[in-house]
Amino acid sequence: MEYKLTYNKYKEALMSDKFCGLKCNKCGGYTVPPKKVCMECASEDMDIVELSARGEIKTYTVIRVPPEGFDAPYIVSMVELDEGPWVMGNIVDLDPDKATMDLIGKRVSIGHKVVKGDKFSAGDGVALAFKLEG
Amino acid sequence: MREVAVVGVGMTQFGMSEKTQIEMFSEAAMDAITESNIEPRDIQALFLGNGLGDFEEGQMNMAPMCAADIGIPNVPATRFEGACASATVAMRNAYLWVASGFYDIVLAGGTEKAMAMGTPMATRTFAMGSDSRYEGFAGITFPGAFGMAAHLYSKKYGIPLQKLKEQMAMVAVKNHKNGVLNPKAQFRKEITVEKVLSGIVIADPLQLLDCCPFSDGASALVFASVDKAKELTKKPIYIAGVGQGSAGPLYTQKDFTRIKARETAVKQSYMQAGVGPKDIDVCELHDCFTIAEILATEGLGFFEFGKGSQAVEEGKTSLNGEIPINPSGGLKAKGHPIGATGAAQAYEIVKQLREECGERQVKGAKIGMIDTLGGDLATVCNMIFRR
Repeated sequence: MEYKLTYNKYKEALMSDKFCGLKCNKCGGYTVPPKKVCMECASEDMDIVELSARGEIKTYTVIRVPPEGFDAPYIVSMVELDEGPWVMGNIVDLDPDKATMDLIGKRVSIGHKVVKGDKFSAGDGVALAFKLEG
Repeated sequence: MREVAVVGVGMTQFGMSEKTQIEMFSEAAMDAITESNIEPRDIQALFLGNGLGDFEEGQMNMAPMCAADIGIPNVPATRFEGACASATVAMRNAYLWVASGFYDIVLAGGTEKAMAMGTPMATRTFAMGSDSRYEGFAGITFPGAFGMAAHLYSKKYGIPLQKLKEQMAMVAVKNHKNGVLNPKAQFRKEITVEKVLSGIVIADPLQLLDCCPFSDGASALVFASVDKAKELTKKPIYIAGVGQGSAGPLYTQKDFTRIKARETAVKQSYMQAGVGPKDIDVCELHDCFTIAEILATEGLGFFEFGKGSQAVEEGKTSLNGEIPINPSGGLKAKGHPIGATGAAQAYEIVKQLREECGERQVKGAKIGMIDTLGGDLATVCNMIFRR
């Protein structure tokens, strides 16, 4: 069966402000970012769905020594989506020097930012951009 | 499956090297071969760990060149890549091929020249261990992944971050203290908790001395079937159990204070060896960051989940503690040439079980273990050795 939600499709959707994932028709579980089969039950029977684009911060770090091509400091965080899966992205509306453990448990809305590629990245990419709610 | 033993080991000095990856490997390999009382022509296959040779020296397909350098250009020579666990994955395969009866004598190990890249490029290439599409564009780094693990750990177990940072610093202090006693270690000087806590921040909350260095180095071991081993050496060190587990990208692992790849791997190792954590006398494990050592001591079953940081504070992992962890100095002080690291851990455990470790000898050690982690907690491979 053809790969349902490829990285390129997922990226194009994000760039038109749609955060998409896969919902399993067999077990109801969500697979985000996409995979060939459901992360919960390994079924291929999944549909592309638009997600709520909301979630809760589970952990974070501030990168102060970056890889070549990135400008530090910036915040990387793992967010648990309201649909269940965890995703990685950047908290973009907070001064990195103000990031503390109090971030954990805070609610975020999820957008995206385009990231310039380098010679190893097969072109430009997108990262999820988290904004603190309220 | 038949019994397999290590009959010879070799290891270069770790740190900055003027030599190429192939030259370093050849030195370690010939030391292992000489110690095994064999000739290179007795080797039937080479299993080589190497992480980033392509980026470090523009060298792909290094294994055949390593084999040629030690005079066995025509044996099957294969590179194994499992990020920082590359050498242990190579050794597990070497073991399996001899245990199966297909080969009698093989060479396994690894080599790496990470210092050639400089910090920005090394940080970039190490980060290739993350999911390049769904994580890499966020600019995640290896220290970043473990920084996030430290924050998760602090929150989950209700240990105030400052307290946890002090306990993490004690891991670095302990491993540096052990490293002083290891002539092949990259760092041979003691440090203090205060010094760790005053270092520059690499990725919150990890400071410079919470992190292992970039390193150059190589290590190699000769594996032989039990019959051959008994002919070749008076001190064979047997492989009692091996295990390997995987996990997908970091985001799929959710609460990564529990490392599923390790828990999968170590169940296999203990079951095959017929032992449990209480039977292990000495362990070399993956302390790429101070928090990583704490997580590993829990995942291997030495301490309850959430109690590993306290165990360090209580001295339980010191050289004279209840389970000495990283007597070699670990990745932290001995150095971490990623493709060679697992083989260097095995080098230390073999030497410990032969009682050849001088001042850092764990007295009477009979059963030893290595544990190596690769990528964003995506590969863990461990091996149990006995004398």
